[in-house]
Amino acid sequence: MKNLKNMKNLKFLTAALVTSSLFIGCSKDDDPQPVNEEEVITTMTVTLQPEGGGTDVILEFRDLDGDGPDEPEITNGNLTAGVTYSGSIVLLNEAEEPAENITEEVEGENLEHQFFFTVGGGLDVTISEENLDDENNILGTTFTLTAGTVSSGELTFTLVHEPTKPNDGLESAGGEEDISVTFDVSVE
Amino acid sequence: MSQNCDNSLSGKVTDLHDGQLLIGVTLTIADTEQTVQTGYDGSFTFSNLCNDTYYIQVSHPFCLTKGFTVRVIGDTTKSFKLEHHIEELNQITIEGSAYSDKSKTILENTIDDEALERFSSGSLGDALNSLSGVSSLNTGNTVVKPLINGLHSSRVVIINNGVRMEDQEWGAEHAPNIDINAISNLTVIKGAGALQYSGDAVGGVIVAEASKVPVKDSLYGKSLMTAASNGRGSSLSSKLTKSYQNGWYATLQGSLKRFGDFEAPDYVLSNTGMFERSASMQVGFNRFDYGIEGYYSIFKNEIGILRASHLGGAQDQIRAIESTIPLTIKDFTYKIDKPKQDVSHHLARLKAFKRFDNFGKLSLQYDFQKNNRLEFDIRRGDDREKPSVDLELDTHTVLLDLESDLKDGMTLKSGVMARYQNNFAAADTGVRRLIPDYQMYDLGVYFVADYQLSKQLLLEAGARYDFTFMDVFKFYRTSFWESRNYDQLFPEIVVEEFATQILSNPQLNFNNGSATLGATYTFAEDYNLFFNYSVASRAPNPSELFSEGLHHSASRIEIGDLRFNSEISHKVSLTLQRDDDNFSYSVTPYINTVSDFIIIEPVDVRQTIRGNFQVWEYRQTDAQLLGLDVDVSYAFTNNVRLNSQFSLVKGFDQTLDIPLIGMPPVNISNEIVYQNPEFNNIRLSLQSAYHFKQNDFPNNNFEVYIPQTETYEEVDISSTPNAYHLLNFNSNIDININQQSKLTVGFSITNLMNTSYRNYLNRLRHYADDLGRNFLLNLKVNY
Repeated sequence: MKNLKNMKNLKFLTAALVTSSLFIGCSKDDDPQPVNEEEVITTMTVTLQPEGGGTDVILEFRDLDGDGPDEPEITNGNLTAGVTYSGSIVLLNEAEEPAENITEEVEGENLEHQFFFTVGGGLDVTISEENLDDENNILGTTFTLTAGTVSSGELTFTLVHEPTKPNDGLESAGGEEDISVTFDVSVE
Repeated sequence: MSQNCDNSLSGKVTDLHDGQLLIGVTLTIADTEQTVQTGYDGSFTFSNLCNDTYYIQVSHPFCLTKGFTVRVIGDTTKSFKLEHHIEELNQITIEGSAYSDKSKTILENTIDDEALERFSSGSLGDALNSLSGVSSLNTGNTVVKPLINGLHSSRVVIINNGVRMEDQEWGAEHAPNIDINAISNLTVIKGAGALQYSGDAVGGVIVAEASKVPVKDSLYGKSLMTAASNGRGSSLSSKLTKSYQNGWYATLQGSLKRFGDFEAPDYVLSNTGMFERSASMQVGFNRFDYGIEGYYSIFKNEIGILRASHLGGAQDQIRAIESTIPLTIKDFTYKIDKPKQDVSHHLARLKAFKRFDNFGKLSLQYDFQKNNRLEFDIRRGDDREKPSVDLELDTHTVLLDLESDLKDGMTLKSGVMARYQNNFAAADTGVRRLIPDYQMYDLGVYFVADYQLSKQLLLEAGARYDFTFMDVFKFYRTSFWESRNYDQLFPEIVVEEFATQILSNPQLNFNNGSATLGATYTFAEDYNLFFNYSVASRAPNPSELFSEGLHHSASRIEIGDLRFNSEISHKVSLTLQRDDDNFSYSVTPYINTVSDFIIIEPVDVRQTIRGNFQVWEYRQTDAQLLGLDVDVSYAFTNNVRLNSQFSLVKGFDQTLDIPLIGMPPVNISNEIVYQNPEFNNIRLSLQSAYHFKQNDFPNNNFEVYIPQTETYEEVDISSTPNAYHLLNFNSNIDININQQSKLTVGFSITNLMNTSYRNYLNRLRHYADDLGRNFLLNLKVNY
């Protein structure tokens, strides 16, 4: 009798083990698809067009692997003393094919974005006439740059997402930096 | 009245089956209605009885009520036996002590129903925080992750109703997906000794259990309501149980919690609201020798993350850290905006057991869990409403356990476990997968035996083996793949090359052994000495293996390593416990030595278009944690009691000889409690909690160039906040509505002095103060 009972127990155990091993060996799904990063800004191109004609000055920051280990490619530029430039900023996501123009998104959400311009100590350059958002606060995707006397220094572009608007500058704007890029610029 | 009526009747009530003493048994003499209850030793005494025959009704909440006829002549002794195997079967305890031991040689810390109810509007982590040696790693005040003796996340295993929680617990900002109102008992085992649950609990095990249902005809329930001033929210929870004497039972439970923005003493913590919904259902059939139970629960939580903590690069970080107030403060709102988390967790369990003569109790359990985690960041354009993280983790587990009494005083628990897990990361988020798609297979076998060598000495030993196989599909950025030399090391795992990415198929095996050895020595009646040595092995988690990119909520780039092996911990703990009603204490020193301990540390600063970010890389090292937990409870009078706790832990990276990051600072808490069962069971308590400043921390600060000032500035992410002292007041009183129903009214104030403080273990401590004063009103109805 006892043996029989033990047999039954053994059967129960075996059945349980078999059940538990059933789901080892499920079929494999198809390979996953790569994710195209939609939001990343890989490239910022600042085009400075001299008033009264001449060659455009291009400042560019390009980092195709985003926060990956590759160093960004930075193109710096030289300005001519006394010249006024009309500036425009184009942001691209080149991780997508074809590249997506992020400037359009920023301009579409103009109330939530603002470009800040920081001119380094040694550089004689002034930024003015930034374009405005729908509530007449600064947006700054286009602007006027006036190159003063011969000098050199840093020019920093900072794009803040969801800043407090209007504000007295970057310090009190809050929000978060979507772009923070510094170029070495000289006025010749 | 010639009779002599000063006789007594005394005796004990024991379990019919194993002679165990029964506590809390009510004995009533028919006619006179004289009632007594058995005490801790199962004994009772009636006095002023005549020489007569009495009919005595003996009842116990979890036994069938029985009647006995007793003839009293002089002082009489008579013992009663009740059919009380129901208790064992349900694993019920009356005084909260015996939800059956999980480990017999590690002191278990438990939180019972009554204490849990005080945290009804909080979280599991908040309740656990009240135990010595347990603290929490917080992200704001709604994401509260338990930390046991300095360790957290994958190193702490949470067992919810017999099911190991698989809820993406590896993330430091992922709170356990458990509704505190769905559980009636919480046990913390500060070590890996409970091998029946897992072999990888380097930090410890938390066991959450729903209340067990008595086998008798009954319908009962309770509802809890809490309203809180801070967060201007409330929580509601109800539970209803129906049970039958034939063994069938069903329980239904649901909770709802809604809070708006919480407030620090001086400002609103914008976007910190939460909305939690959960429900659970339990249906079962219980007999002494067999039973079956089905359990299902759903938990859904939407949590706002402090707006001011969502940052760009290092320049942002400097501004946020240097500002004394958060950089975004808006008016109070109930709206939960981005950044936020939206997590849902389903858990279904089917369990059956049968007792076999001369063999033991065999249980078979199947459980299924589905965890969906959505994280929303602040995004632009079409992506605005899309989650940045969309992970679905499905887990199936089968457990077969056998509990057998081998011979006198020797019990053996053994079992096998098979688990299949599938992680699916949605591709339409527009953000590279945080955790890759993977399938994981686990197979485990264990045994734990204990032997009562003598009345004083109990020995325990156990071993476990787990095999883990991970089949992963992971996209690496080509630049990362090459910079890590993976193209040289693992060319064979490349499946496909895309323009800028590589699809790889790492297949990883881990063989993990774990063991426990311990003894419990009982002496001088109420003293116990626990000794335990446990070895635990933990396979690296997906984030440690596969991270390679910006972690938004930490504002840093995190990099894992495909080559990691399991970390192995050796923990020795010793506890001296005095278990006495008037003066009890426990002192637990421990030492935990972990080889191949996986930590993350800063290695570099990387320039990106968003500015500079610190790069943190996971590394394996040898670590050691030393600590001491002390609990003391002293009764000044019957009604006044002092409860004190002290916890200390020190952690070292032995390879670099530096302190480990994120170790809880020393803390001391003292609580004075006045409780009077004779006056509506009123309970008043005042708690003082002092948290020291953590002076041992690694210096991870880094310098970053600030174009606005044209200087290099240090980003101070390492400094620890100052010590702080909090006072908390708690009170409650019972009001009987009628025979079946009882109302408990509670009022409490946390952070009574409205102290502004920052907690080292709050991940948002750089950006905002912790919670200010909070008034809470609790109502509970039992019916």
